[in-house]
Amino acid sequence: MNWEWQFFLRDIGDGETTYLDWMISAWGWTLAVAGCAWVVALLFGSIIGTLRTVPNRWLAGAANAWVELFRNIPLLVQIFLWYFVVPTLVPPLQQVPSFIMVVLGLGFFTSARVAEQVRAGIQSLSRGQRNAGLALGLTLPQTYRFVLLPMAFRIVLPPLTSEAMNIIKNSSVAFAVSISELTMFAMQAQEETSRGIEVYLAVTSLYIVSTMVVNRALAYVETRVRVPGYVGGGK
Amino acid sequence: MTHSSSFVDAKQKRTDTRGYTGTLAISRFRAPVPLLEIRRVTRRFGDFVAVDDVSIAVEPGEFFTLLGPSGCGKTTLLRMIAGFDMPDEGQILLDGKDLADTPPERRPVHTVFQSYALFPHMTVAQNVAFPLRMAGRPAQEVARRTQEELDIVHLSDKAGAYPHELSGGQKQRVALARGLVNRPRLLLLDEPLGALDAKLRVEMQLELTMLQKNLGITFIFVTHAQYEALALSDRIAVMNSGRVEQLDTPDHIYGSPRNRFVADFIGKINLYNCSVIATSSESLRLSVAGLGEVWAPPHADVPAGTAGTFALRPEHARIVPRSQNPLMKNHLFGRVREFFYVGDVTTYVIDLDSGVRFQALLANSAPGRAKFFELGDEVAVEWPNEAGMFLSR
Ligand SMILES: Nc1ncnc2c1ncn2[C@@H]1O[C@H](COP(=O)(O)OP(=O)(O)OP(=O)(O)O)[C@@H](O)[C@H]1O
Ligand SMILES: [Mg+2]
Repeated sequence: MNWEWQFFLRDIGDGETTYLDWMISAWGWTLAVAGCAWVVALLFGSIIGTLRTVPNRWLAGAANAWVELFRNIPLLVQIFLWYFVVPTLVPPLQQVPSFIMVVLGLGFFTSARVAEQVRAGIQSLSRGQRNAGLALGLTLPQTYRFVLLPMAFRIVLPPLTSEAMNIIKNSSVAFAVSISELTMFAMQAQEETSRGIEVYLAVTSLYIVSTMVVNRALAYVETRVRVPGYVGGGK
Repeated sequence: MTHSSSFVDAKQKRTDTRGYTGTLAISRFRAPVPLLEIRRVTRRFGDFVAVDDVSIAVEPGEFFTLLGPSGCGKTTLLRMIAGFDMPDEGQILLDGKDLADTPPERRPVHTVFQSYALFPHMTVAQNVAFPLRMAGRPAQEVARRTQEELDIVHLSDKAGAYPHELSGGQKQRVALARGLVNRPRLLLLDEPLGALDAKLRVEMQLELTMLQKNLGITFIFVTHAQYEALALSDRIAVMNSGRVEQLDTPDHIYGSPRNRFVADFIGKINLYNCSVIATSSESLRLSVAGLGEVWAPPHADVPAGTAGTFALRPEHARIVPRSQNPLMKNHLFGRVREFFYVGDVTTYVIDLDSGVRFQALLANSAPGRAKFFELGDEVAVEWPNEAGMFLSR
């Protein structure tokens, strides 16, 4: 096997950008897509997951429908739907950049998975917690805000960590709508330089570094918010 | 107000309410509308009737106790008052207004839950302060009141601990402090002292009555500890299988139980099947299984031949050596089979000559005296007519 890494310093043909520059910028796009989609997923996932546990049948039903919809369609198909189908149905969306469409697609897809975790977290708390909040005169929203969600999020932090890692990996679908992120870079650079092994090794390490950083960061958050003496599942 | 004076105060008021005399009692019991009224409430789970046609009126400032064996429906009734469960039939009224459409958080009612339900992500102090903070009280007041409340339940040194670092009794006291801290009009307490050791329990009972009287908060207190109920309550509802068997002041519950269940559940008692031989305005002559003929106080509407229960409290019987002549008309002979010394009193189990068991209780009032009789001693037991009770089955 004969390695050849020099090409990373070669010009891609425009006279100023090297393959290394291109790869760094692609990494930036990957992180941007994943990061923005994560904000969308966390926001919608928390709201939808919470609504699934409220006593109102209509709200809970609508939230369940959301989860079933976004969980049961393959991610790639969802991205194409957002990119090709939705803008034809809603013409103003034709002006919206594909980056936004991908962020929404990936974000909503992941929101269904986050919602599922949040619901499970809330329901793992004993019923007495909700009643205790109400019995002390808190409104239902206050009970969620101050009593249920703080504990529920602590409980679901580990599964949320793996969802955050998934969203980085899943952001590779953005290549399908021509966003110049890491996977797109890998495919094109491989074609242009015929150095597929080196390209994919480099790209793979960047994915690994990104997910590891997310994993370590959230593990740190987990230790910071841990409740002393609390071993899950208790009342 | 110092602790000792407020305690005297509390006791004073209690005697007043029980005797139905004095200005306090009048202001308390002549209120035009009760604070809480439970009107013919029934709650079913499938075919099972957990609460069966219960009617109770609780007056403002009252220490009201629901007493009954496990599973008799106490918690179910509390849950309906708090609004976490709805009656299948009947109404619950607060200040005369039906609560059916008022959700739990809008009822001026707090609950101290049997399972504590502390918030695990908050420290002890944060748990106690929480209702005040949610009510938007100024920070200074929150800090002061939280500290006061922690002092009352003896948990100031645990202010920074989390619920999972506490013992059961400590958790229970945090729950109590949290329930009291913003002075609800009605506090529902579901066995709030169940997890405490005997000494702390007595201490907390004292604190509870003092607090309750000083703050004027109405308590509905659930327990299956009969002595606790007798010691603390203004009135008690004795419950059994979802029904209220008797609703009365502690002295009436103990002294004039309405039926066999209440007599048996509250305190120690001798119970025998009996039937009425003859009835007059001065006394009731009974034929009691194993005791023979005994006399009891007159009883309204029990014609000769009525079957029932003869009941006698052990402390109302006197034990004398068999050789000594009994003085009372009701007397029987037997021998000491067993005795239980508990310090202040000794309970003697006596095998009567007829073969039935009889319990009598003697106070160890002479210093150094632990018992008056030995196992196997030949004795006589006797009791005055007024001590006996005729109860429906
Ligand atoms: N949600 C429910 N579904 C079915 N049965 C129930 C439900 N809640 C209570 N019960 C039944 O109703 C009865 C009364 O229960 P409850 O909790 O009120 O008893 P309790 O008097 O509080 O007893 P304890 O002293 O043990 O706490 C019990 O037999 C219980 O099994
Ligand atoms: Mg109970």
